[in-house]
Amino acid sequence: MSREDYETVIGLEVHAELSTKTKIFCSCPTEFGAQPNTHTCPVCMAMPGALPVLNEKVVEYAVKAGLATNCEIERESKNDRKNYFYPDLPKSYQISQFDKPLCIHGKVDIESNGEAKEIGITRIHIEEDAGKLNHNEFGSGSLVDLNRAGVPLIEIVSEPDMRSSLEAESYLRKIKSILEYIEVSDCKMQEGSLRADVNVSVRKKGAKEFGTRTEMKNMNSFRSIVRAIDYEAQRQIEVLEDGGKIEQETLRWDDVSGRTFSMRDKEDAQDYRYFPEPDLVAIRLSEEYIANIQKNLPELPESRKKRYLEEYKLTEKEARMLTASKYMSNIFEQALKICGNAKAVANWLLSDVSRILNEKELEPDQIPFTAEHLAKMIMLIEKGTISSAIGKKVLEELFENPQDPQTIIEEKGWIQISDEGAIKELVMKILENNPQSIIDFKAGKDRALGFLVGQAMKETKGKANPKMLNEMFLEELNK
Amino acid sequence: MDITKLTVHEMQEKLKSKELTITDITKAYIENIKKYENDVQAFITPLTDEALSQAQNIQEKIEKKEIEGSLAGIPIGIKDNICTKGVKTTCASKMLENFVSPYNATVMEKINAENMINLGKLNMDEFAMGASTEYSYFQKTKNPWNLNTVPGGSSGGSAAAVAANMVPWALGSDTGGSIRQPASFCGVVGLKPTYGLVSRYGLVAFASSLDQIGPITKDVKDAAILLNVITGHDEKDTTSVNRKKVDYTNALTNNVKGLKIGIPKEYFGEGINSQVKEKLNEAMQTYKNLGATVEEFSLNIADYALATYYIIACAEASSNLGRFDGIRYGYRTKNFSSLKELYTNSRSEGFGAEVKRRIILGTYVLSSGYYDAYYKKAQQVRTLVKKEFDKAFEKYDLLLTPTSPTVAFEIGTKSNNPLEMYLADICTVSVNIAGLPAISVPCGVDSQNMPIGMQLIGNKFAEETILNAAYTYEQQVKFRENYEPSITK
Repeated sequence: MSREDYETVIGLEVHAELSTKTKIFCSCPTEFGAQPNTHTCPVCMAMPGALPVLNEKVVEYAVKAGLATNCEIERESKNDRKNYFYPDLPKSYQISQFDKPLCIHGKVDIESNGEAKEIGITRIHIEEDAGKLNHNEFGSGSLVDLNRAGVPLIEIVSEPDMRSSLEAESYLRKIKSILEYIEVSDCKMQEGSLRADVNVSVRKKGAKEFGTRTEMKNMNSFRSIVRAIDYEAQRQIEVLEDGGKIEQETLRWDDVSGRTFSMRDKEDAQDYRYFPEPDLVAIRLSEEYIANIQKNLPELPESRKKRYLEEYKLTEKEARMLTASKYMSNIFEQALKICGNAKAVANWLLSDVSRILNEKELEPDQIPFTAEHLAKMIMLIEKGTISSAIGKKVLEELFENPQDPQTIIEEKGWIQISDEGAIKELVMKILENNPQSIIDFKAGKDRALGFLVGQAMKETKGKANPKMLNEMFLEELNK
Repeated sequence: MDITKLTVHEMQEKLKSKELTITDITKAYIENIKKYENDVQAFITPLTDEALSQAQNIQEKIEKKEIEGSLAGIPIGIKDNICTKGVKTTCASKMLENFVSPYNATVMEKINAENMINLGKLNMDEFAMGASTEYSYFQKTKNPWNLNTVPGGSSGGSAAAVAANMVPWALGSDTGGSIRQPASFCGVVGLKPTYGLVSRYGLVAFASSLDQIGPITKDVKDAAILLNVITGHDEKDTTSVNRKKVDYTNALTNNVKGLKIGIPKEYFGEGINSQVKEKLNEAMQTYKNLGATVEEFSLNIADYALATYYIIACAEASSNLGRFDGIRYGYRTKNFSSLKELYTNSRSEGFGAEVKRRIILGTYVLSSGYYDAYYKKAQQVRTLVKKEFDKAFEKYDLLLTPTSPTVAFEIGTKSNNPLEMYLADICTVSVNIAGLPAISVPCGVDSQNMPIGMQLIGNKFAEETILNAAYTYEQQVKFRENYEPSITK
């Protein structure tokens, strides 16, 4: 049997840090990057006697996420304790939700091989993040930083509905996009504010039962997730083909070696001893509360896409790609407001900007320049101040050192030569140096014109106005 | 006049009439601590030096009219599981031997706002787990009525200090009887408020769904006064209720005519000492004479309460005590070469036997495969216990039972037999399971001059009813006037 006889089954548990100002059970700030242990208090440091108080914003954000992913919102839910020992977990239990999550039975639509596919969402629950262990630079062992302890998270658990690494990527992009749109998480994967536990199993095609799954925890880049799923599926197929059995276990994906490693042995199988959190009262939500959040839900990618098709006459593909990221889509709308040319803005974003993002392995939220920069560059091209070719160079420059495109072209001396006298002088010089091209042209070889224009561009390092060059060469050659 | 034999409300009157000053009071108590503490050993951290300068300071401020308030300068003792900023809070454990809380419990903020004077942190069973205060890591507190017997527990230090006149009153905490049972053993008044009436913020958690802070006092009126101070909604404790503040002293009418008292017969069965029964019967007669009706009935579920209590309390404790891991504060072993050893050895060396026993029991009942049979079943029984009490309170205004099946027992007789020690809680635990208020008032002594306690259980938030019933009874029997611990005679 070969790889083609198997089907990969993937489920994702996505953890998103919520962008509330304060932590889930105390009023410490959630801000990233502060000095270790400065965003702490008796509650999030688990001093004896301290008690949690649920931040109402966390419930609101989780309900928003639930509504945006078509979940049913539970009118009554509760918090539970998940007990385990680890130095980054100060209370020795994480307050989470076990059997009564806030949101259940949702779904989102993704694209898979150009076709729409529905991915089920089992549940969304709220919980607190743990702290961080840092390597001790000054001695042996680790140092505990509890700034992140108590930062609110939602965990979005999918059904095992994905069948390829690309579907998993597409699903995660969709979840990220939705969370960005409803502004409940900044979804910065590089800072760990969006991460996923990936469950992978394989089974023979047509089989009804799922295979034994393995879990890869805390994955925080699309590329690693795709590679890890492909590797792990292949590994499992090989184990099965060799007559082996898959162990249900937690694996660690190593990005450098491109392999998964076993993380815990079975002896350490965790029993979390979940039980209802007695320090918190049940969460009860009224109909008005839920209706009010529903009413104020911001525009989601699907409806924004529709608007782009109708208002800006973009193609289906353009609209889909632009709206996939709220950041990209916001840049589009802001730039459009300034320069008024939807097609041009869409083209630049989807071709050159996307290409550079890919090359640099950046996400749209990491675009360093503003929508105004992009719009001004497009306007410079439209006015003929620079050529499209120079535009590409300006864009590269915007990624390196974002500033007003006018300043860039002035500093770099990239302003297009559109002065009639200067162009005329250039044309005459090129014609004088290329008598053979004149002969070729007169003999009907149109390519000669292109060659001459090319020579002129080379001479001016691309700054000459190509339209004027064309016209003037033709005028001279036809004399 | 022996100042330390006065109740707080009596002191208040003498302060008002200028017969007494605040420094007189504090000095008198410090004198008594010097006299009795060697024998009684109620204090883990006495604060006598600080108290005197604090008293002088408050005295000056009162004279300059910078502060007022009827409780300014009144001393108090605090059970050592209530967090006090800048002063050690040990929970009578090696684990927290040198722990100083960076913040005040909400009740301490309230005590401080009244300008009361903390005379010291009082002994208890380690992490409030026990019924005799013998499980303290530091010392065994003695009962002032007979130094060979225990003061009860876990708030044994608080009850003994009040009984020996080393503090005028104290705060204790009650998870399964830890205020009422030691109050009963030491011949003082102890009130466990309705769950949610007093903020638990800053009370080192034993069992979160059962713990309540409450007063231990010389008489019922003092209990009402101290309850006035510590109640109130706290934003830092979401299980604390938002109710209108009442003045509990207004409820003390000295009249119980028409009051309907239920006697759950299960509390008078096997294992209840005959002299305890006899005194309780006398108390019932007193109530009848005062115009109340007294009727026996059956509280069916009572037999299951103790098992239910130990499952729920230990389950919550096993999780609550996880934070004592040797990482951030408290005891850390010197003997470790891995993270696992750091945890195991810190906790093995830092906790005493009883605490470990309950952590293991609690871990067991929450484990997968056992959860349904124990924890979940216990929660179901808990619901039934609540319903059973609800039914009782449809018929009766309050229930009357013994606080403890026996008087104070001799030191060492139960400390090696956990099950027998657990049985000491049999009359008190169901009140915590149902979240009800209950008060223990002395109702006489046995042939050995050891005090016997009566427990009055009220419906939720019916503190006024039980306080008035206790007060009215107290006015009749005049226990304090008739009996006194041997040590203060």
